Amino acid sequence: MNENKLVWVFIEQRDGKPADVSFELLSKGRKLAENLNGELQAVLIGHNMQAVAEETFHYGVTDVLLADHPELNHYNTLPYSRIMSELVDRYQPRIVLFGGTFIGRDLAPRVASHTRSGLTADCTDLQISDVTYLRKDYSQLLLQIRPAFGGNIIATIICPDSPVQMATVREGVMEKIPLAQPVAGRITPIYYEPDAADHLVRIIARHHEESKVNLKAAPIIVAGGYGMGNWQNFQILHELARVIGGEVAGTRAAVDAGYIDHVRQVGQTGVTVRPKLYIACGISGAIQHRAGMSESNKIIAINADPDAPIFGVCHYGIVGDVMEVIPKLIDAYKHKLK
Amino acid sequence: MSYHSIVMVKQVPDTANISGQVMKPDGTVNRSKLPTIFNPEDKVALELALQFRDRFDGTVRVMTMGPLKASDLLRECLYMGADEAFLISDRKFAGADTLATSYVLAEALRKLGNYDIIFAGRQAIDGDTAQVGPQTAEKLSLPQITYTEAILNAEGSMITVKRKVDNGFEVLEGTLPLLLTVVKDAATPRPFRAKRVMAYKNAHTLLELEKMTEGNSLLYMDQLKEEYVSKGLFIPTLTADDLDVDLSRCGLGGSPTKVHKIESVVLGGSAHETIPATKDGMYALIDKLMDDHIFG
Repeated sequence: MNENKLVWVFIEQRDGKPADVSFELLSKGRKLAENLNGELQAVLIGHNMQAVAEETFHYGVTDVLLADHPELNHYNTLPYSRIMSELVDRYQPRIVLFGGTFIGRDLAPRVASHTRSGLTADCTDLQISDVTYLRKDYSQLLLQIRPAFGGNIIATIICPDSPVQMATVREGVMEKIPLAQPVAGRITPIYYEPDAADHLVRIIARHHEESKVNLKAAPIIVAGGYGMGNWQNFQILHELARVIGGEVAGTRAAVDAGYIDHVRQVGQTGVTVRPKLYIACGISGAIQHRAGMSESNKIIAINADPDAPIFGVCHYGIVGDVMEVIPKLIDAYKHKLK
Repeated sequence: MSYHSIVMVKQVPDTANISGQVMKPDGTVNRSKLPTIFNPEDKVALELALQFRDRFDGTVRVMTMGPLKASDLLRECLYMGADEAFLISDRKFAGADTLATSYVLAEALRKLGNYDIIFAGRQAIDGDTAQVGPQTAEKLSLPQITYTEAILNAEGSMITVKRKVDNGFEVLEGTLPLLLTVVKDAATPRPFRAKRVMAYKNAHTLLELEKMTEGNSLLYMDQLKEEYVSKGLFIPTLTADDLDVDLSRCGLGGSPTKVHKIESVVLGGSAHETIPATKDGMYALIDKLMDDHIFG
């Protein structure tokens, strides 16, 4: 069994800027390392990454393994996965965490395949615990907790015989908690030797927009589900959001039905939010959706079905037709707060 | 230049339409009650492969790993226009996580050989992991391009692909052979073609032929198989023996991830305050939100 107690977080950067999810993972990783009585380390790949490396010290990273090279400027599967795989082979960390982003979901499975590690996608919680599995005792395994099977069950996944345990976590699921004082960490340079095979896929154009949508920062979110019925009905949510000063979001079912763009999806496979007010309209309240919004400060649920699970997590429940309730709510708001 | 593609497809439970009967009282899933469907993004991957063949010429083979009834899915692929279909099936493969699955798929691809592009859906709706594509590519030491939105061009051994990334897209140039995973917006799957449905509804695997000939001699069975092969209606089945796999890397035993605990989702109590769906109700609600310091 793997005796070292290293917890690793892959620090993701886009155009030199670290991703929020990486700091969220560091905050969680620090707790896991404390539980293991181990050490939190970061792996960072890019170019001119010194400042980003130092930023991780604010989250308790004691050692940053830094591969810094002009050719590593942008994420590219083959060189990044080669570097990461070699590092995991060499240091055998106990746990490796990746963001559940386009980059993390491209990189993590490739690395896990190389090292033959267990990998669980889109965890909503991570814990350390002793486990008895098939009458054998294992100490300090990583519990990888995620909804499964259409959200009808919550599964706890373990990798009892895998020396390295890997997981991905979506942005916003873990809370970003910097330390009051940074730790005195060190930076370990990782030598990168370019290899012809690294260029089997080349980036010839990139188009990035700063996200215009920042659901995580919105104090008020008006969200719609499949129960909105159609795209036309969904538009009333934009009207409500405009009046009360909120952002519009949707469930996965609403995204799949084409009512709203994926960047505005709240839930396990979308964004996790904690606004002051969350208004759930025509949302039944599947566990995957609730995983992304149940920590909102106040939740209003509007649904025609009085037995909808969403009423189990809301503070204010309105049983009724959303298309009748929302205009009344808009009128009431305008009347009271104009 | 023509190109040979293999599309990896999967039959999945229709998790979007889980009814009460599917969940047993103890909170476990009654799989036999679940309707199965063609994993949506795999269907898009097949469509993209067919469009690629229409444009550049070549062949499209499909393969799936699953139980024997997954042959239904392969017939659907033939209806859409796939040239050949392969079933990878063995009880020894059952219970595999993504790592053990990708190991068997990679060995099957090695066995089939002669491919330029491997297509797969980005992810399957029963697990949403998006891991099998990249893991299969890694096992074959192939480059991968995930989140493919469009194939812009192919010339010689180079392919140009547009892929989705956070808040934008990238255009990548890749050297064949490689593996692509495809997002749902990449193409709209074509309907089944009536002529192909008529032709391929009789395509069968060996086991299906055996069931049809129950009680007949082995000699007859051989003749029947020959007949189906000659008509192009035979769906080969690849088992653990055919693939010469390391059994310690297959199925549940070869899977590093294990399900430790499953809890059925407990619905929270209804501690909330009910607001009547009336004008007065909405006025009262706004007052409460003002008291909560959310408005005002």
